[in-house]
Amino acid sequence: MLATVLGAATKVDIGVFAVSAAIVLSGAIGVVVSGNPVHAALSLVATLFGIAVLFVAQEAHFLAAVQVIVYAGAIVVLFLFVIMLLGVDREEDVDEERLRGQRPMALFLGLLVLGEVLFLGSAQWATGAEGVAGAADAPGENIALLARSIFTRYLLAFEITAVLLVIAVVGAVVLARRPPQEIPEDDEVSA
Amino acid sequence: MTLGADWYLSLAAALFTIGAVGLLIRRNVLVMFMCIELMLNAVNLTFVTYARKLNDIGGQSLVFFVLVVAAAEVVVGLGIIVSIFRRRTEATADDLNLLKG
Repeated sequence: MLATVLGAATKVDIGVFAVSAAIVLSGAIGVVVSGNPVHAALSLVATLFGIAVLFVAQEAHFLAAVQVIVYAGAIVVLFLFVIMLLGVDREEDVDEERLRGQRPMALFLGLLVLGEVLFLGSAQWATGAEGVAGAADAPGENIALLARSIFTRYLLAFEITAVLLVIAVVGAVVLARRPPQEIPEDDEVSA
Repeated sequence: MTLGADWYLSLAAALFTIGAVGLLIRRNVLVMFMCIELMLNAVNLTFVTYARKLNDIGGQSLVFFVLVVAAAEVVVGLGIIVSIFRRRTEATADDLNLLKG
């Protein structure tokens, strides 16, 4: 019975999945329940590392490396920077419920989403048609296959993401800049 | 041979649900942002799982683009949060009621 459910997976595969799934889920729950934003950010790191391990287990080696570098290395650090910069790292009372009926409603909607996703996932939508991007188990390294896909088929999308990143950088600079009229003439005296 | 895709898909669904519930129940905007990241990661895991299951590298390419968009989104979102918090000190979404009628 158990063998049919688990398929031809080895004990190592099952162990890796079980451990990283536990890390992912406990980190995610930590993000939601921890009152201190810094603790939430550190729980987020645990989740992101667990996801990276699951990427490696599914032979997406490049994405696992990018996941660690971009998410854990850049995005979480950015979160922590903002938390420290704004000084909002004080405890929040997570037990307080300001909007009446918000939590039961949120849990109900969450379970609805879960049921819907599991239902959709259990159906067989895949037609079995050959993908246009190329096979994932073609000969060669994972990174070479991914690069061939991105730099040929998805080249235009890749260029557009470059534009998007430039726009994001400019937007962040404009947003984070102080408006010039708020700076008084004797800035260094008042500061 | 790795574990069946169903396990990964179920885990991704659970992660997405936790992120969605967290987004609905938390009031700290930074934590709400982290919950959005959780949902994005759940979707990324689904993409990679389907890339393996359907033997199509396109799923992994899409995860690459999701990562780029997530990075851009975080940069702009945190910029907005910083500029909001320069005016007010409270860190919850309840305090952003400027448009309240």
